Amino acid sequence: MSITIKDVEHVANLARLELSDEEKGKFTEQLNAILKYAEKLNELDTEQVEPTTHVLPITNVMRDDTTRESVGVEKAMLNAPDEEDGQFRVPAVLE
Amino acid sequence: MASFDLRLQDVHNKLNSKELSVTELVEASYKRITETEPSIKSFITLNEEQARKDAAALDQELQSGDTKRGLLFGLPAGIKDNIVTEGLLTTCASQFLHNFNPIYDATVTKKLKAAQSITIGKLNMDEFAMGGSNENSSYYPTRNPWNTEYVPGGSSGGSAAAVAAGQVYFSLGSDTGGSIRQPASYCGVVGLKPTYGLVSRFGLVAFASSLDQIGPITKNVEDSAYVLQAIAGYDASDSTSAKVNIPDYISALSGDVKGMRIGVPKEYLGLGIDPKVKEAVLGALKVYENLGATWEEVSLPHTEYAIAAYYLLASSEASSNLARFDGVRYGVRADNPDNLIDMYRKSRSQGFGPEVKRRIMLGTYALSSGYYDAYYLKAQKVRTLIKQDFDNVFEKFDVIMGPTAPTTAFKIGEQVGDPLTMYLNDICTIPVSLAGVPAISVPCGMADGLPVGLQIIGKAFDETTVLRAAFAFEQSTEHHKLRPQL
Repeated sequence: MSITIKDVEHVANLARLELSDEEKGKFTEQLNAILKYAEKLNELDTEQVEPTTHVLPITNVMRDDTTRESVGVEKAMLNAPDEEDGQFRVPAVLE
Repeated sequence: MASFDLRLQDVHNKLNSKELSVTELVEASYKRITETEPSIKSFITLNEEQARKDAAALDQELQSGDTKRGLLFGLPAGIKDNIVTEGLLTTCASQFLHNFNPIYDATVTKKLKAAQSITIGKLNMDEFAMGGSNENSSYYPTRNPWNTEYVPGGSSGGSAAAVAAGQVYFSLGSDTGGSIRQPASYCGVVGLKPTYGLVSRFGLVAFASSLDQIGPITKNVEDSAYVLQAIAGYDASDSTSAKVNIPDYISALSGDVKGMRIGVPKEYLGLGIDPKVKEAVLGALKVYENLGATWEEVSLPHTEYAIAAYYLLASSEASSNLARFDGVRYGVRADNPDNLIDMYRKSRSQGFGPEVKRRIMLGTYALSSGYYDAYYLKAQKVRTLIKQDFDNVFEKFDVIMGPTAPTTAFKIGEQVGDPLTMYLNDICTIPVSLAGVPAISVPCGMADGLPVGLQIIGKAFDETTVLRAAFAFEQSTEHHKLRPQL
């Protein structure tokens, strides 16, 4: 399996990254090298092996559904690049 | 830096007897930073004004005569810049977060505040903890205090260098694939990666959530136990936090390792290891023999697959975690975007450095439709095999030992542009992270003027045995007393 510039462009779009032509070339080369190295994993037969998503045997951690204090609007807006009336302002979503 | 070389208990006693003040400790820290920072560059942000205020307040408290206080009271601490600190810039060494002022404290930050240590500043790192040399910091690379032409390791390079250079009494780092242990090894200090889940990750800016863990970097094993005691414990704010009883780590430091069974993986002493590193590690094993422990060669047969599995898993998790950096609520927002999607794209592309982009690309590819089974799922299965390797050895052995890294620190610039070679530096630390078990790096010798680290790996939640083994070694050797000439 080998990655082309077209694949890199597709993945960059999925990842919401804008790459320069130079970056595209470099990443194509480097990702190919890394993925080629990763093919090493295919030497192992893992048909009967369960995947490990997590080393701790804990699942579905819940808390009581009780109200508690949350961060106020003012605090939440402290780092906002752009704000209006206590809300984050962003460019138009629809053209 | 006389007062920073004192034992923690002695500093504590001197504070209680008023021979020493917190202000003196804090001033000593900033004085040392002024002297050494131009050549080391461990810090991104200093907390001078607040630290001085906090010191004055603690000195007031000392006047009260009450001597019941924690052992970290008044100690100057540095915090890695991916651990959020309310009101104190937290950049992750990324231009994306150059202006990010957290609105809450991480659980470990809160715990250090409760223990009344003083936050001196925020420490340099590889951007978003991605790297093993600090060369991926978007600010400047930190330099190794033993030789400033060499890297301090990474990603917690600033945390290790600051302790080695005597700028702070202790620091916090984070470890995903070796990011506490490897820089500790390169800088000749003690770095502990606790068991996954022992220390809360709440407020640690996530890189790879199934691997990330916060831990202490200190000058000796005793201090490591004190800091771990202060930061360990269940936290309801972290759903992966473990509900386990926290033992008394200090009382584990008996110095006794008689009868301890040590497994030494042949894979960690194999191909690619610097002969001088191997010699130092074998020398350390000799010390253990003399102390009444026994060691045997063992095998962790899937070691050679660990790096590939790790980079797929960590990058996949990173690509998902870093999706939150979109320029909407904090951090960088690009000027004049065409629309919302364009704003995401431009903001991220301007804010992230090359290694971060590379890993986001790799992770996005590995998770993308049609490739998920071949890469991500396959890597998770291999992770199971790697974990089983450790389970098997721990059936017969109390601890596993080997080098922390196959070589000593390398020269700045030497491995840039060759990500694969750079990744291979983590061959001895990555499998441990994948298995989720605890490990410590302690200084065990020097090679060509640079420190060598011994890695001691334990069973899950058996930090006491790891610390006991490390402490016994330290008591019998002088390596941890060496200081770089700065």
